[in-house]
Amino acid sequence: MKRFIGFIKKEFYHIFRDKRTLFILFGMPIVQILLFGFAITNEINNVDIAVFDKSKDVDTQKIINKISSSKYFSLKQMIENEAEIEAIFKKGKVKAVLVFEKDFSKNLTKENNATVQIITDATDPNTANNITNFISSIIQKYQQEINKGLKIPYQIIPETRMVFNQELKSVFMFVPGVMTIILMLVSAMMTSISITKEKELGTMEILLVSPLKPFQVIIGKVVPYIFLSIINAVVIILLSIFIFNMPVQGSLFLLGAESILFIINALSLGILISTISETQQTAMMISLMGLLLPVILLSGFIFPISSMPNILQVISNVIPATWYIIILKSIMLKGIGLTFIWKETLILLGMTVFFIMLSIKKYKIRLE
Amino acid sequence: MKTIGYIIQKEFKQIFRNKAMLPIIFVLPIIQLIILSNAATFEVKNIAFSYIDHDKTSFSKELVDKFSASTFFNVITEFPSEKVASSAMLEGEVDVILEIPQYFERDLLKNKKTNLSVIINAIDGAAAGVENVYINQIVRNFNKNVQTDLMQPSALTAIGEKDIPKNIISIPSFWYNKTLNYKTFMVPGILVILVTMITLFLSGMNIVREKEIGTLEQMNVTPIKKYQFIIGKLFPFWVLGMVLLTVGLIIARVLFNVPMVGSLALMYLYTSVYILVILGIGLFISNFTDTQQQAMFIAWFFVVIFILMSGLFTPIESMPQWAQFLTEFNPVKYYVEVMRMVMLKGSSFIDILPQFIKTSIYAIIMNGLAVWSYKKTN
Repeated sequence: MKRFIGFIKKEFYHIFRDKRTLFILFGMPIVQILLFGFAITNEINNVDIAVFDKSKDVDTQKIINKISSSKYFSLKQMIENEAEIEAIFKKGKVKAVLVFEKDFSKNLTKENNATVQIITDATDPNTANNITNFISSIIQKYQQEINKGLKIPYQIIPETRMVFNQELKSVFMFVPGVMTIILMLVSAMMTSISITKEKELGTMEILLVSPLKPFQVIIGKVVPYIFLSIINAVVIILLSIFIFNMPVQGSLFLLGAESILFIINALSLGILISTISETQQTAMMISLMGLLLPVILLSGFIFPISSMPNILQVISNVIPATWYIIILKSIMLKGIGLTFIWKETLILLGMTVFFIMLSIKKYKIRLE
Repeated sequence: MKTIGYIIQKEFKQIFRNKAMLPIIFVLPIIQLIILSNAATFEVKNIAFSYIDHDKTSFSKELVDKFSASTFFNVITEFPSEKVASSAMLEGEVDVILEIPQYFERDLLKNKKTNLSVIINAIDGAAAGVENVYINQIVRNFNKNVQTDLMQPSALTAIGEKDIPKNIISIPSFWYNKTLNYKTFMVPGILVILVTMITLFLSGMNIVREKEIGTLEQMNVTPIKKYQFIIGKLFPFWVLGMVLLTVGLIIARVLFNVPMVGSLALMYLYTSVYILVILGIGLFISNFTDTQQQAMFIAWFFVVIFILMSGLFTPIESMPQWAQFLTEFNPVKYYVEVMRMVMLKGSSFIDILPQFIKTSIYAIIMNGLAVWSYKKTN
């Protein structure tokens, strides 16, 4: 036991002596969560649009005013012919063009029907779709206004209630994701080189001839980083609560406990990477190249898992971040306890045990 | 010239001798491009839908049938009470609850007006908005059918000509991507990220690795000039980046059927300048750090910022003003823009000129800094 404590002490010295890494370690997550918390959003805001008004009458003018005065759109330019549409799309700034048909008002009053075309630059399908929906709903509202006073029988009126996030803020979706990405990568990267570094610098031999058992070496490597990561997690959680107004509906204690579990999970994944790679370079490339994009794309951080192809939904299950994001959202936004999320917790726990066991098994006690 | 040749030879040998690294450099990015491009979709489908039917009439059943017929809603569960339903929503099993009130049919027929209550899990605000649109569409269509069925021709004449509601029809038209296919949008973007990551990480670790192992000292005592050394270090990774781009483009074309409207030459021209920027950043990081660990942390820091603020996944126009200003300094933003513009819209050199000029200036500054900050003496 005394030997083991000595080993942990050594690891702490390693970490604290490298002031630069320490600074990077604590500075980066703060900068990132502040930056991303504000910047990552898929809400439609101030989209530049252009209008091709063949009619130029009262109704089209009113509709244009309604659209450009909303916070979602700003009218960039009026165009005069069909050919210009292609040109402005190619420049890339304007995302949508509204084309009003000729004699819009006349058709509307005489034939009760008028058409407007919403042309969007669908190279970004999501934005294109959202823009179309927003513009149609503004036009729909205008239509309701001019139809006011008419009595339409047999109406079914749906009353929609948005629960857990009434204002549809995308902060609620993205902040848990950002927290997860930062914790996962910082933790995994920190430990991913801990064993390979000893191999590369030649100090591995000293560890191997010491009477420390493999599991003691592995556990001893993880322990100091747990402390660092917990500090990181606390800072991140505080920032998300006080800067981004994330609610914590559930128990703060449970949130802490689950976060520690996730940290240990990520750290042990890092250790596993470091036992299977020979050089620091390999270890870091695996944890950076191998983890970054899959964690961002498959964890449900940005893209909904339920819309992915079936195989990818299965793959997303083996990514620890997927489960932690579910847990975070459940505790912070839904305010539910362990009775609801015991399954996710158990999966994270199982993965952690698996990573640690595998690392101990893979830890070679002979130099080749 | 000969000296540079030798350094380049040495670097290539080092890359190809490291058997553990080769699959990471060549195979991992390709696999990720193939797999992850399928994951990146904002489409909302397979909505977990549930309903509570207090009415149990032919009307309410018909309404539910409309939902099960829709392709957007695939899991249809019926709950006996609101309590059971909301607990299922807490567990995350359902995302939408439709509650049909008692006397739904009677009220509609008698009072000519009835309400439905819809509850949507809105943690993913964007998806919730789309779900709401879908639900409203289905209800509106159902409503229209009911109206035409119930309103007798006599009733129609009774309300009179001028009471016919006016109708503005909006026709959406999606250019460059008619079927709203996400893959054509994401594949070029993910390819950009992979090229960036590989070149940045490798160049970022390169010089600092020699520092850590101690071989940099040996290089410093040779008569190699600073610029020769830097060029020799940059060139192999530049080639790597171009090879990766080529493989990626082939996959995009063959596997994902991404249209390539614009000129290939333009894409390569832009990429060749762009990689220089990334390599410059990498070498600069490498010069300023003492260990590979530090270099990687810093490289990682910038890559994550570059990726998430590039407009690849979430649109830049939605960001607050100050963040939009910051993206001006993000080389990945320009690359994503250029790739999408040239590949999907067929933009010409004139269209991408602003991006091209900014990237070139960026390349000159970063490489200047890299050469300047590399010191042969300690």
